[in-house]
Amino acid sequence: MERPNKLQSIAIPLIAVLMALLIGAVIILISGSNPLAAYGALLEGAFGSAKGIARTLEKSTPLIFSGLAVAFAFKAGLFNIGGQGQLLFGALVAGIIGYAVSLPALLHIPLAVLGGCVAGGLYAGLSGWLKTQFGAHEVITTIMLNFIASNITDYVADGPLKDEGIIARLPQIQDSAVLPAIGPVPTGFLLAIVVVFITAWLLDKTTVGYEIQTVGKNPNAAKYAGMKVARTVVLTMFISGLLAGMGGAIETQGVVGRFQPGFNAGLGFEGITIAMLAKTNPYGVIPAALLVGAMQSGASQMQFDAKVAPEIIDVVLGLMLFLVSADMIIRRLIRARGDDDSQPRLSSGWGN
Amino acid sequence: MNKTPILELRGITKQFPGVLANDNIDLTLYQGEIHALLGENGAGKSTLMNILYGLYEPTRGEILVDGKRLALGSPSDAIAAGIGMVHQHFMLVPPFTVTENVILGNEETGAAGRLNTRTAAKQITEISQRYNLEVDPYAIVGDLPVGVQQRVEIIKLLYRNADILIFDEPTAVLTPQEADELVAIMRELVAQGKSIIFITHKLREVLEVADRITVIRRGRMIGSTTPAEADQNKLAEMMVGRAVHLELDKGKATPGETVLAVENLTVNNELAQTAVDDVSFVLREGEVLGLAGVQGNGQTELVEAITGLRRVVRGTITVAGQKATNQSPRKITEMGTAHIPEDRQKHGLVLSYGIDDNLILNTYYQAPFSRAGQRQAQAIQQNAEVLVEKFDVRTPNATAAASTLSGGNQQKVIIARELNRPIKLLIANQPTRGVDVGSIEFIHSQILAQRQAGTAVLLASTELDEILQLSDRIAVMYSGKIMAIVDANKTSKEALGLLMAGVSE
Ligand SMILES: Nc1ncnc2c1ncn2[C@@H]1O[C@H](COP(=O)(O)OP(=O)(O)OP(=O)(O)O)[C@@H](O)[C@H]1O
Ligand SMILES: [Mg+2]
Repeated sequence: MERPNKLQSIAIPLIAVLMALLIGAVIILISGSNPLAAYGALLEGAFGSAKGIARTLEKSTPLIFSGLAVAFAFKAGLFNIGGQGQLLFGALVAGIIGYAVSLPALLHIPLAVLGGCVAGGLYAGLSGWLKTQFGAHEVITTIMLNFIASNITDYVADGPLKDEGIIARLPQIQDSAVLPAIGPVPTGFLLAIVVVFITAWLLDKTTVGYEIQTVGKNPNAAKYAGMKVARTVVLTMFISGLLAGMGGAIETQGVVGRFQPGFNAGLGFEGITIAMLAKTNPYGVIPAALLVGAMQSGASQMQFDAKVAPEIIDVVLGLMLFLVSADMIIRRLIRARGDDDSQPRLSSGWGN
Repeated sequence: MNKTPILELRGITKQFPGVLANDNIDLTLYQGEIHALLGENGAGKSTLMNILYGLYEPTRGEILVDGKRLALGSPSDAIAAGIGMVHQHFMLVPPFTVTENVILGNEETGAAGRLNTRTAAKQITEISQRYNLEVDPYAIVGDLPVGVQQRVEIIKLLYRNADILIFDEPTAVLTPQEADELVAIMRELVAQGKSIIFITHKLREVLEVADRITVIRRGRMIGSTTPAEADQNKLAEMMVGRAVHLELDKGKATPGETVLAVENLTVNNELAQTAVDDVSFVLREGEVLGLAGVQGNGQTELVEAITGLRRVVRGTITVAGQKATNQSPRKITEMGTAHIPEDRQKHGLVLSYGIDDNLILNTYYQAPFSRAGQRQAQAIQQNAEVLVEKFDVRTPNATAAASTLSGGNQQKVIIARELNRPIKLLIANQPTRGVDVGSIEFIHSQILAQRQAGTAVLLASTELDEILQLSDRIAVMYSGKIMAIVDANKTSKEALGLLMAGVSE
């Protein structure tokens, strides 16, 4: 629907990534290690073996979902910071259905995933509803709901449904709820790719997607056009939360094997970085999540081989986020190399 | 008049992807003159001015200010050379005071970086006295009427010692009274040695105020003339390249059944004050009811209530026999209503969408544009191609973003969308704002064609000429009430003017 400058929307994140890696290299150098060796080890750890690849894909999977959740909400002009809370509820509900229900795998797996989706969706939908009913800004409500989610899920894991033993976690899910892997490729990853395509299709090829984007770009025009703006806001938040919740469910069913709060820490928040790196393009979420997933996956190898603290990864990620968000820095760099005529229109008044 | 060129544009050429917006344009501005720049929508006027102001870099050409070459593509160099521009859309910060807005980007600070607003305010008072630009330096800009905000923009330029002032369609958003005041201000400015480039589509204003007139068409310079040598018809012909019928023969109205009935309607504005006060009228098939009045007397709120965009406090609205009071815009549209909104960028368009997606803004969910919830790309594109052709939207292609269209062509996209489906009621609010004479002729003929086809038309406009030309009956609004509904053939501008001022016989 929108026709942005394609080249730029790819070039800017790419340059941001390269610059972040470069600055990271300088920091590694200053801290007394060899950046080439460090990045080499990082790559080796992330892609050097079947096990490494499997781990990279596994780490990328929830990131695709949480990135997609943020990117999707953004299309309606909504900033869903609550991916973490929605993901936690998705993981929890899938964990409960996974162990408490007995069904054949063909039903059990989708039922648990669906439960996680609905849980995340409803939780985000609540923020949407609060926005349309009371004008409460979604940034505030989703952040607050993150705290509530983390406390509620902690309580459940440590209280009524706690597994035997001292660790605060739910019992293991039944085998019939476990998402298997196909060779080194986790089923969850494949699902994530499919969901990316469905999301892109929904946004660009359906009337609902047209409504969502219109509300995001010009709510006044959406109202004029007879669209139900409030309903669209709630629906968008619901779908966004559904995506995050699905990520949580798949984490439970495909990786952790049960609901255990600590395993999900931060996954929802990384979604913001990934959506920004992807310039909120659904397809862009895949490489962005793979990149972040690979860095996390290779971090321990880097620490082991090159004696570089894994925290450097967070520094590099932070730099990437900074550089894509403050993309004027990069625009200026590109322009300096003679790219003309891509300047944004500065005056937008009618008559101009 | 002093005959030294203060500004010379030489061979300015600007190539946008697919559009040659300016093609080898030469323009000379003499010190102390008002130079009007005329041309159709999309002719390249704003582009040329944006180049002069440094917002765009030209593909070719040079600019001389006082005989010295100006560095191109840099607003700060243009400002330093004494060039200032009042954009159509004001670049003001509404919550700031007049003084804060004027000094923004040019702040003088005292010890420890403290803003020194007092001396600035004094300077502003001096400027406003010197040029007759009455404004309170401590007023909050957001509270000021549009005409006064525009004065703030002008003061901003003068505060920066601009000698060459560019006005891009400054009168398009002004009421006729405000426009007259602006004309007086422009005269005062040139009397004191400033030079002005003035863009407008209102030929009357051009003849009234310009010293010289330059016409461009499709990016090329067509010629220069003076008000003494030209009249409205000649100017229109130079702009469009053919004779334009400024007067329309609309034929007799044959009103049929009632389409729109408004009874005892009361509507509030944003501040919960009564904006429409107990208004009643009917509108029949095949007639045009003009809604005249000084801007801000309830016309906007009335139109928004009828189209479902604003809540009705009391009273009823009936469209084609169906209850339309407080119905959703979608329902009202489906009753057969089309709405050309007053503010095309706020309500009428999604600027980042292509023309094609804008043309389906309120029919996107129906066949043939949607089937089983899926967008039908081919139907959407075909529709766009047909309408772009039929309504003469000047664009390289039907998928270009609406933001790349010139103002008048944006308006044509909306008109095309609203008039291209079967309708019973057309609500047109300022349908020709910012539109060139050729397109005005076209839009007016389209509105009259709707009337001929039996559509009921409610036409709100602050242009009395437009109201008088198109309407069968005219309702005059003042302070939220309808002062009178008069027969368009039996009234005059003067009589309407009195009613608009709240004087009834
Ligand atoms: N940023 C842009 N990118 C691509 N095309 C553009 C851009 N800005 C303007 N154009 C095109 O250049 C042409 C000239 O536009 P311009 O805005 O200068 O017209 P104008 O004479 O000011 O018209 P109007 O009277 O309607 O305001 C138009 O065809 C327009 O579509
Ligand atoms: Mg223009």
